[in-house]
Amino acid sequence: MSVRTAELLMALTMGAFSIYLMYKSAELPIGWIDGEGPGGGAWPFWLATIMLVSCVGILFNWFRRHGPIANSEKAYIESRVLMDIGAVALSLIVTVGLFSFIGIYGALPLFLIFYLRFLGKHSWRLTTTLAIGIPVLIFYFFEVTLKIILPKGITEPLFIPLYKIFF
Amino acid sequence: MLETLGLLANGFTIVFEPQNLALIIAGCALGLFIGAMPGLGSVNGVAILLPLTFLVPPTGAVIFLAAIYYGAMYGGAISSIMLGIPGASTAVATTFDGRPLAKLGMADKALTAAAVASFVGGSISVVLFTFFAPPLAHVALVFGSPETFALMMLAFATFIGLGGDDIFKTLFSICIGLVLSAVGFDIISGEPRLILWDITGFLHGVNFLVLAIGIYGIGEMIWTVEEHNLGGGKSMLSEATVTVKRTIANLRELLSSWRATVMGSFLGYFVGILPAAGATPGSLMAYGIAKQISKNPEEFGKGALEGVCAPEAANNAASTGSMLPMLTLGIPGSPTTAILLGGMVIWGLEPGPRLFIDHSEFVWGLIASLYAANLFAVIIMLIFIPVFIKILKTPFTILAPIIFILCLIGGYAPTQSMHDVWLMVVFGIVGYLMRKLDYPLAPAVLAIVLGPLAEPALRQSLLISDGEFSIFFTRIYAGPIMVTAIILLFLPVLKIGYDKFRHRPA
Repeated sequence: MSVRTAELLMALTMGAFSIYLMYKSAELPIGWIDGEGPGGGAWPFWLATIMLVSCVGILFNWFRRHGPIANSEKAYIESRVLMDIGAVALSLIVTVGLFSFIGIYGALPLFLIFYLRFLGKHSWRLTTTLAIGIPVLIFYFFEVTLKIILPKGITEPLFIPLYKIFF
Repeated sequence: MLETLGLLANGFTIVFEPQNLALIIAGCALGLFIGAMPGLGSVNGVAILLPLTFLVPPTGAVIFLAAIYYGAMYGGAISSIMLGIPGASTAVATTFDGRPLAKLGMADKALTAAAVASFVGGSISVVLFTFFAPPLAHVALVFGSPETFALMMLAFATFIGLGGDDIFKTLFSICIGLVLSAVGFDIISGEPRLILWDITGFLHGVNFLVLAIGIYGIGEMIWTVEEHNLGGGKSMLSEATVTVKRTIANLRELLSSWRATVMGSFLGYFVGILPAAGATPGSLMAYGIAKQISKNPEEFGKGALEGVCAPEAANNAASTGSMLPMLTLGIPGSPTTAILLGGMVIWGLEPGPRLFIDHSEFVWGLIASLYAANLFAVIIMLIFIPVFIKILKTPFTILAPIIFILCLIGGYAPTQSMHDVWLMVVFGIVGYLMRKLDYPLAPAVLAIVLGPLAEPALRQSLLISDGEFSIFFTRIYAGPIMVTAIILLFLPVLKIGYDKFRHRPA
């Protein structure tokens, strides 16, 4: 996909999103209410309208091929990095998805192993050290010190003895 | 004047509390590290690390984050000089002459110059700050809602008039930030508003940190993955010999660059105050002017010390300058200060001129900490130059997953909701895709912080005037501010018209 095509798709998507935001804002009054001033929907409604106008402006520039982006036929994301970026983005999504199931202490070591060993090609020794060490540090810093309880999913029962020690 | 000095002295007693002192030193060191890593700058560091500050009181938290801000301005020079890659966009101008010096085997000279110039820039600007801030805050005390709204319009108008990005994309970025900040509840009627796709997670709104960490954490890291090709590209690290004797000799040689350094400091400070400008254009402008006023302009680009001093003084001065409107008016002067401002709201402080009265110890603690951070940063940098050079050798593939994890937890910590973590990942990926198309994202971050303050200001103003927009033009302070904002808004259009007029075929 060329940069030019991506520019068109992005402007169309954002334009559609602006219309959706206008529609959602209009669920609240967007006109003037006596004694209260502008209705609750007015502020986001008019801002979303400006968003839509901006998108139309971007599309207008696209059609008349104005500016470097609208003229660029280069690849939007070069194929040599597409795999890397895809792998990183996907691993992030999978990791966040796993937070709710196997918990943060199940998901983070998997993420670290994947990133360090398979993307970074580091040694197993370094990979395992960090995959164990970082979650332990996180537990101490966030849960023990800051008292912010992180999601555990099905691993929750395993932490009950630890809670007894620290809290 | 005397009163200011007294307040500053009070600030120092806060700074010298052991915990705060430790926070400044830790912040400077972390900031130097963050600044030195290519791809990470002060804004990324402050966004990612803000959730860690919930542990300490607001004054300690802001001192820590300001020290990171400062440290990062110093640190940016390290990779500009050693790798030829700017450690942050603010250090781009430092590569022009810093890199040639390193190639000539004088990396230590360039690093010393950067550190000392940064110190001078920081010192001059912090003194200016100390004496500018109280009168400005005093004037701002009489500001009502119309003035507040006019100031915010001015902040956004600078992005359109001076930002230099595509006007439509800038406008889009500002408005999407403002709309996202309106998600949740309508503050006046109390009704749920903009619950997108009826997902209940949107009921507690879109936290500015979710957007900030999404863009400056996740999006920035994906951007860096692309540039580094997962660390496949081998770095071209220069060698530097650092000895005490050489450092002293380098310091002596620096005296000849004092003009460029002082000019850069003043220029950076005043450019830094403008929301859309800040440290990056400030340092580039300082470089340009230093070349013009130099006695040996032909040396620029080949390794002129003045070419290192001017931008480095300017970017530090600009970081202080950008704090002036943040503290006195509640309008951030840069994306980093926008995040600091958002942090203040989380810590329960109301940004604006009343801070100087209601939270005097917070304000003066912060100002005094800038003096201290400036001193510590230069000392740490000069002593630990060899250590920072070693750190630059850390492969990106080790650092990246750690930063990703910090982002994910940082997005979860403030609200403890998985909805926010998902939203952050979405913002990160969409932000990356938009950035590739030259959508400026800093205005969106500024807007999401200012949105919750701008909307009530507008609605109250209109309520006072019974719906007449003329209220923004007829008041003594609001009028000129609003007119300036409108001139800035139409500046790009005027410029296009002027260019067409000039290039008209005769």
